[in-house]
Amino acid sequence: MLDFVQQLVSGVALGCVYGLIALGFVLVYKATEVVNFAQGDLMMLGGFFAFTFIGMMGLNYWIGFAGAVAAMALFGMLAERVVVRPILGYPQFSIIMATIGLGYFLRSIAGMIWGTDDLKIETPFSQGVLRIGSLVLAYDKLSVIAATMILCTLLYLFFNKTTLGTAMRASSENMLAAYYMGIPVKRVVSVVWAISAAVATCAGVLLAPITFIHSNVGLVLGLKAFPAAVLGGFGSIPGAVVGGVLIGVIESMAGFYLPEGWKDVAPYVVLLAVLLLKPEGLFGHHVRKKV
Amino acid sequence: MRFLFKTDYEDDIKLFPHSGYLVSYGVLLALLLIAPYLLSSYLMSQLVFVCIYATVGVALLILTGFTGQASLGHAAFLAIGAYTAAYLQKYNVPFPVYFLAAGGLTGIIGAMVGFPALRLTGIYLVIATISFALIVEEILARWESVTNGNEGMRVKTLSLLGVTVPRDSPTFYYLCLAVLVLTIIGTLNLLRSPTGRAFVAIRDSETAARSMGVNVALYKVKSFAISAAITGFAGVLFAHKLSFISPEMFTLQLSIEFIIVILIGGAFSLHGAVLGAIFIVMIDPFLTYLKDDMPGMIAGIAATFGAGPATAGSIKSNVAAFASLNGLKGAIYGIIIVLFVLFEPLGLYGRWLKIKLFFQLFPLYKRATFKRQKIYVKSERNR
Repeated sequence: MLDFVQQLVSGVALGCVYGLIALGFVLVYKATEVVNFAQGDLMMLGGFFAFTFIGMMGLNYWIGFAGAVAAMALFGMLAERVVVRPILGYPQFSIIMATIGLGYFLRSIAGMIWGTDDLKIETPFSQGVLRIGSLVLAYDKLSVIAATMILCTLLYLFFNKTTLGTAMRASSENMLAAYYMGIPVKRVVSVVWAISAAVATCAGVLLAPITFIHSNVGLVLGLKAFPAAVLGGFGSIPGAVVGGVLIGVIESMAGFYLPEGWKDVAPYVVLLAVLLLKPEGLFGHHVRKKV
Repeated sequence: MRFLFKTDYEDDIKLFPHSGYLVSYGVLLALLLIAPYLLSSYLMSQLVFVCIYATVGVALLILTGFTGQASLGHAAFLAIGAYTAAYLQKYNVPFPVYFLAAGGLTGIIGAMVGFPALRLTGIYLVIATISFALIVEEILARWESVTNGNEGMRVKTLSLLGVTVPRDSPTFYYLCLAVLVLTIIGTLNLLRSPTGRAFVAIRDSETAARSMGVNVALYKVKSFAISAAITGFAGVLFAHKLSFISPEMFTLQLSIEFIIVILIGGAFSLHGAVLGAIFIVMIDPFLTYLKDDMPGMIAGIAATFGAGPATAGSIKSNVAAFASLNGLKGAIYGIIIVLFVLFEPLGLYGRWLKIKLFFQLFPLYKRATFKRQKIYVKSERNR
């Protein structure tokens, strides 16, 4: 039983990371119907930025964290301006390819600048564990869970309660109509990319003590975040986190109870099953297409 | 400008619309046939890879270019073809049999992937095919009794009708070339048949195709099966060319490379597959060239413009350091993909068509001829 709970908690922590990356996918998808395949790489880059601020320049953890988030938000806007805006409105596949290209580029550049070693950031949560009875919980994992919950709530409120959030949902439905209604669509898309890059950075920095930062971490985790986003239904913010947690728990349970090899495959098997049985995901809507 | 006067449907679907095609393709084929006597062995080896990549490119074009179903899992089909060949070869099955068996098995698995894909479009299909490829990769690494796991499998030299064909011999090149040419001709015939028409109809609008009486599900599965089978054939040749296969050769990276092939070549015509394959395969020799010759050349140019020997030397070492940076290939890939998507979405073949039309219509050419429509409304998007 204790093993089970321990696996459950570490699965939830892992799942929250997937959820954080999936949140980035969902934000961009919700606002522009674009899927950003470079989301994981934005996370990786965020981690490296934080490493530069905290590990190399010796700033305070929180100041470095904030600096990395701000820098990555700017970078997200830049990436949107250069890569995505010129092809908004073209078939999804073009945009997918463009973001895959962006991901390649970021991975290589990060490898060139920061080298190929695993880097580590000293955080206030790196050491220490919380003991509840005989259950042992590491602070770094708890910090991920807490941050995911906070970010998810904030983003949910932002999308559903604020004017800017409503504007984002409107431009996702119909960019032209939104534009005629006075919504500055271009700026809205820019802001969405900034937010999603900022969320990715949070994921990267929180993840740093658990998986370390190296140039391929984004690819590995990004691919795991897809099942999470699909399971939750691609356009739903709580869905991304719930999907992420489910995938994380499934992965961690499969690693513990099933034979070797299942751990890496289980998320994708679940993904295929979800796509077969309920393609719109747990929280998604079924969209009808006009001919 | 040449005007083709068509009087009936037969004229419209001719493989060679006019004699110019016969001449130019005849010359191309002749050049390809004498290539082994002209090119160095390294370039010949690259040319074999061009043939294999182009075959996969054609397969992917049938699925993505003509049926409109995106796939990022073709490395898995290639792997299944390659492993079938390697496994059957252990039991002394002759080449023609395992060649066909590999294609057949891959085709069946392709159809099996096609069924779940029926309900999926766009991004979901991309993600599903990625998952399929990742699962296949893991199975190859774990199913040790058949695939030998991560240690990989050795592929023996090809022997065709009692004659051994080493992997760097001209005969092997001719074999690959023959497979490519047959694939292209077969695909051209497929595309002018009712099946091909149905594929294109599904790509352009699934709903419209269904209302015209096209059995969308059947044709989607067919498209998957045909595309997978061709990739399986290419996989056999790939295995023989490398003479050693292991799971880490068939990663997502390779699937993306295949997509880059048709993206760069142009995803609307079979020419695109070949041009894209040439581009992708020749990046490696180009990078080697960049490493070996560029530093000296740039230093030489700097020297002619009045830089002293010390400056020229430092320029040379800087350029050399840049060219041998780790991961330069990835960065170049990334930039190329983004640039093509942004500025030349029709690919190299599209550029060729534009240049051709420019001279044909001179001075009346206008850029808007090739402009694509942007769709800003969610419900109107096809995919």
